[in-house]
Amino acid sequence: MPVAELSSLSEAVAELIRDGNTVALEGFTHLIPVAAGHEIIRQGRRDLTLVRMTPDIVYDQLIGAGCASLLVFSWGGNPGVGSLHRFRDAVENDWPVPLRIEEHSHAGMANRYAAGASGLPFAVLRGYTGTDLVRQTATVGQVTCPFTGEVLTALPALNPDVTVIHAQRADRKGNVQLWGITGVQKEAVLAARASIVTVEEVVDRLDPRPDAIVLPWWVVTAVAVVPRGAHPSYALGYYDRDNAYYREWDTISRDRATFEAWLRTAVLEPVREAG
Amino acid sequence: MTRTDPRPNWSSDEMMTVAASRALAGRTACFVGIGLPSTAANLARRTHHPDLVLIYESGTIGARPATLPLSIGDGQLAQTADAVVSVPEIFNYWLQPGRVDVGFLGAAQIDRYANINTTVIGGDYRRPKVRLPGAGGAPEIAASCREVIVVVRHGPRTFVERVDFVTSVGYGDGPGHRERLGLRGRGPTLVITDLGVLEPDPKTCELTLTHVHPGVEVDKVRAATGWDLAVAPEFGVTEAPTDEELTVLRQLTARESADARPSDREGP
Repeated sequence: MPVAELSSLSEAVAELIRDGNTVALEGFTHLIPVAAGHEIIRQGRRDLTLVRMTPDIVYDQLIGAGCASLLVFSWGGNPGVGSLHRFRDAVENDWPVPLRIEEHSHAGMANRYAAGASGLPFAVLRGYTGTDLVRQTATVGQVTCPFTGEVLTALPALNPDVTVIHAQRADRKGNVQLWGITGVQKEAVLAARASIVTVEEVVDRLDPRPDAIVLPWWVVTAVAVVPRGAHPSYALGYYDRDNAYYREWDTISRDRATFEAWLRTAVLEPVREAG
Repeated sequence: MTRTDPRPNWSSDEMMTVAASRALAGRTACFVGIGLPSTAANLARRTHHPDLVLIYESGTIGARPATLPLSIGDGQLAQTADAVVSVPEIFNYWLQPGRVDVGFLGAAQIDRYANINTTVIGGDYRRPKVRLPGAGGAPEIAASCREVIVVVRHGPRTFVERVDFVTSVGYGDGPGHRERLGLRGRGPTLVITDLGVLEPDPKTCELTLTHVHPGVEVDKVRAATGWDLAVAPEFGVTEAPTDEELTVLRQLTARESADARPSDREGP
């Protein structure tokens, strides 16, 4: 029986993510694939183009660990708390490595993923007009409507090498189900060449749920069971957002030495047991 | 100005939030940013406007959160919403066509023509003095909502002659600019601060002081504004918060404060 590969997170990351890849770890506050981000750090990936609408603390961690050379994003912050200090240190001071940025708006990023998922070369929308994003971001263009002559904003499709998401559950065949705020995850998976999905649990049967998205097994490359893999974000129906962790991150990340100590004890030294 | 009670029982932040909440009277749907706008929108829903439709960019339409959400993607927003849609859908089907009456935005900098900066302050874009979170949903909220209300604390570093980066367009360079750009919403119609209310002049589009909050002198607002602030010839004084408004607002923020520091709150 063909199935999405049920594998360990470390095997999936080792097999699918290479240095220099374009990688999107998506999640809009909910279901953020934090454990997968930590695995990418542990495996020492370098020179990644990291893509995310809302890079938050797991992207701060990846950037601080030196995994990224380019960030494609639309809002970079610690939601509810403030700045991302590792992100700022990389942009403002090139620490630990220079980080280039490609900055968009949410509407732009969402449409770029949708174009990527649709097999189109670009997205079209009403947006960016009159803003300084047009001057600073090379990937903002214009297109003229062939029917009305109206000039609209055009943005290149996003097609990550690998998209990583976290979902509530999968069945044994690798069909993936997620619900609640599902953000841009469906588009990000369908836009990518390969995908890794971490899940809270594997069940025999995915009973239908209102508003749930199902990603069929044949569009998912690898599924790994990682309970609490979205912590400190939340998984609706499983656990709540750990708001204290987001606040503590502000202190940990302000200082390079504190961050490096955290990186050693919280990410590099522990070997995740969820094989 | 004489006041019967020289020491009001409310703070300037509370006055700002109450004024912003009142501005939502008569609207159907509000696209809400996190932080001060979200507090004001939730206050409106709990006082004068129980039917106000709150739309968060995480894709929740008609959310009725029991407590103030810490981020725009809180689980209770999804659990209490009339509908939960994807992020591409919320921007494309709901915001872009001009379906939403009012967009509610914050700002790190705002200028004479109500252009908003939430991207970088000082220096070069590639090497800024301060790197801020960036655009999020704001550019298209500012472009496509039928009108925009900005809620921001007053200060000379915030109210600047010219923003360092135009993240979201207000009136651009002045009269006619929005039209030339093809922006379909009216743009910012109210800027509500902790000192008063500014509105664009109908002819010049320049933000003009139209109301001061009780106890605030015009000179104080001028001093907190980084350009030569125009004052409407017959400016008004905002009505002080009622006991009911204060009670409900304090209930909202008390439940939140167990979980967050309101002064630091911002979101994507």
